[in-house]
Amino acid sequence: MKRLFVLLSILVLASMILAACAPSATPTQAPATQAPSTEAPATQAPPTEAPTQAPTQPAATEKGTIKIATQSPLSGGQSSLGVDIKNGAQLALEQLSGPLTAMGFKVELAPFDDQANPDTGVANAKQIVADPAILCVVGHLNSGVAIPSSEEYHAAGLAMVSPANTNTKVTDRGYPEISRIVGRDDVQGVVGAEYANSLGVKSVFIIHDKTAYGQGVAEFFKKRAEELGMTVAGFEGTEEKANFDPLITSILASNPDMVYFSGIYDQAGVFFKQAREKGYQGTFMGPDGMDSSTLAEIAGDALVTGGGMVYTTVSGPATVYPGTSKFIEDFKAKFGADPQPFAAQAYDAMAICLKAIENAAKAKGGEMPTREEVAKAIRALKDFPGITGTYTFNDIGDITSAKYFVIKVKSADPKKWGENEVVQTRDMAPPSK
Amino acid sequence: MQRFLKSTALRELLRPLGQMIVFSLGSSVVLSLILIVLALLLDQTAVGANTLARFKVTLLNYTIVNLPQVLIDGLTLGFVYAAIALGYTMVYGVLEFINFAHSEIFAIGAFVGVEILIALEGKGILSTDMPVGSAYFWLIVALLAGMAAAGIMAVIVERLAYRPLRGAPRLVPLISAIGVSFFLQDLIRLIESVTTGQFHRIIPTFGNFDQRITFGSMPLGAGSIALGVQIKSLIVIVAAVIMLIGLNYLVNATKVGKAIRAVAQDRATASLMGIDVNRIIAMTFLIGGTLGGAAGLLYALKFTRIDPFVGFFPGLKAFTAAVLGGIGNLTGALLGGIVLGLLETFAGTFISVFTMGAAGAEYKDIFAFGILILVLIFRPHGLMGENVGQKA
Repeated sequence: MKRLFVLLSILVLASMILAACAPSATPTQAPATQAPSTEAPATQAPPTEAPTQAPTQPAATEKGTIKIATQSPLSGGQSSLGVDIKNGAQLALEQLSGPLTAMGFKVELAPFDDQANPDTGVANAKQIVADPAILCVVGHLNSGVAIPSSEEYHAAGLAMVSPANTNTKVTDRGYPEISRIVGRDDVQGVVGAEYANSLGVKSVFIIHDKTAYGQGVAEFFKKRAEELGMTVAGFEGTEEKANFDPLITSILASNPDMVYFSGIYDQAGVFFKQAREKGYQGTFMGPDGMDSSTLAEIAGDALVTGGGMVYTTVSGPATVYPGTSKFIEDFKAKFGADPQPFAAQAYDAMAICLKAIENAAKAKGGEMPTREEVAKAIRALKDFPGITGTYTFNDIGDITSAKYFVIKVKSADPKKWGENEVVQTRDMAPPSK
Repeated sequence: MQRFLKSTALRELLRPLGQMIVFSLGSSVVLSLILIVLALLLDQTAVGANTLARFKVTLLNYTIVNLPQVLIDGLTLGFVYAAIALGYTMVYGVLEFINFAHSEIFAIGAFVGVEILIALEGKGILSTDMPVGSAYFWLIVALLAGMAAAGIMAVIVERLAYRPLRGAPRLVPLISAIGVSFFLQDLIRLIESVTTGQFHRIIPTFGNFDQRITFGSMPLGAGSIALGVQIKSLIVIVAAVIMLIGLNYLVNATKVGKAIRAVAQDRATASLMGIDVNRIIAMTFLIGGTLGGAAGLLYALKFTRIDPFVGFFPGLKAFTAAVLGGIGNLTGALLGGIVLGLLETFAGTFISVFTMGAAGAEYKDIFAFGILILVLIFRPHGLMGENVGQKA
């Protein structure tokens, strides 16, 4: 009996490991009709290899395999965002890897699950770095995971393009390999505080989730709010996920006009619901960690009653970007659901990786580029036309102008999350040092 | 004889009810008094000045106005802890080992109940404007299903992971329990990810459970604090009280209960007296698991969201409550749960004001567990732990 139990548990464990490692649908080399080619493709012919015109399948394996990794939470409370980061990147790889395939490379996606956990992220990063075929990483969702993991990438000279990390430290370290295509927390906090001020908010209670991301935004929000003359009634960090009673009692005692929750939706949703149930009537606000339909699923009416709920984000609903209509269509056709926030950014991050690898390979006469060359090629991109914007990186890896949105929740129905109203859009440059 | 039995039965029903009222009132009064004295002492210091600046009221006023709400919240939490703590304490009483898998039994109860409610909502049976009676009916159905699943799982765990180790040194079943705990966590994770694709499940909003009964409001500075209790908090308390009374009756006034007590006192002798020890131990796990499962769904009802690791913290705290009350002692588990729930809520609410905002609500656990250490230094057997002495 004991032995049977042991055997059974080993079997279950093994099946789980297998399930976790299963490659997600090998990318089918789709014709590269969508490739946004800014330069004419065949201006310089490969000097050495004459017979490469019209490369066919056999040629595809000759020059070796290029892998591009994604790291995002594919399991756990934040997986709805994380899985769509992977899916967005996968779609880009399928649609845009044509030029590389034509050059004779085999391009593969290597998805990793960081579980929104720094330890797992770093362990994955070590694995990624150890695989010489991986030339670029698209990730992460969480700044708290991205920062320690990118130390590994930096040590190995591997390029990372982040579709979602807004913490200032991600780029402020000045690593030449680490870039992002979204805005920054210091600006996001400022945008939030300024919008709150425009609503006439006089006092605000700030809660953060004690992560690099949450606390980061919260501090910038607090600084700007104080500068604008708002009263900060409280500033608290909490990892609590279920019982917010004690916190809400002290919030009710100071009765602020607004509660700013700087964290992620799975925690915030529970808090919003409980706070409304205990009679808080003010406005809720949060940063882009709130942007998931799951928030409406958890908090329900709490988001639309009282003062309602607004959030700032660096990634508007896919519909606000002019170039995303085809992406949304393709994404729906392939994955059967609307893309979550950051999926379109993941698509662009992957596109940047592919373009940079392509450029680096061309510069090298069609040979496999090194990681350093890819990292350099990313920073060398000028006005790269993505579906969510035109990207040029500054010397620390921030984009020269990022979009910030303030969005108001319109409906307690999770299915209508995509209909939330963009109440403010701002283009802001990263703060100059 | 018949009349005598009846009176025993009645006594065993009334006694725990009395205990609960005494414990709730007693610990509320004691803790409130300590708090008020503390507030009086600090009122004239910088802390009082700080409160005056922040909330425009004196520290004493602030404390007293917030106190009733804190007591209600603390007691609700305390009863949840007590219901879970009973599972730990029953198993400890009989087998003298800590069943660390109990927190996952709790999670299983929560998941089964919530999945049933989600399925019902999907069929359109549950809604916020449904008749109150049927809302309660479905809640009870989900509760019973959760209890059944958790109880059966507890028995299976006992049969597979603990019984084969019955004669082994004490640490061995303990390690086995930790292993089972991880196994069950990942089992829930696996099943949820295969069937629903997501880990965190949200209990549907239905019936009138989210409504709030308000008793009035108390002025505080410029604004006022509404005093009230949610219907679901009341449900949690009432359900926990019924379970505690039922368990007490079962253990102290029935034949099975007598057998459980006999096995707890001396397993070898009990078996010589014709008690099927294995069956009684399985029964203990069934009862403990059932209570844990019910607590799981009540927890989900109160706090909305569950995930496969949902059992960890409440389990740890309920275990603490069991130790605080005196592990192996049913009354102790009840008292421990109430005290811990109150302490935690008190600390969470007032620590920020009393430290002038230096330490926030996040430090509530440190504070509550600090008190626990103090209690255990002076009463190593827990608050009501005398009964453990006769076992050893």
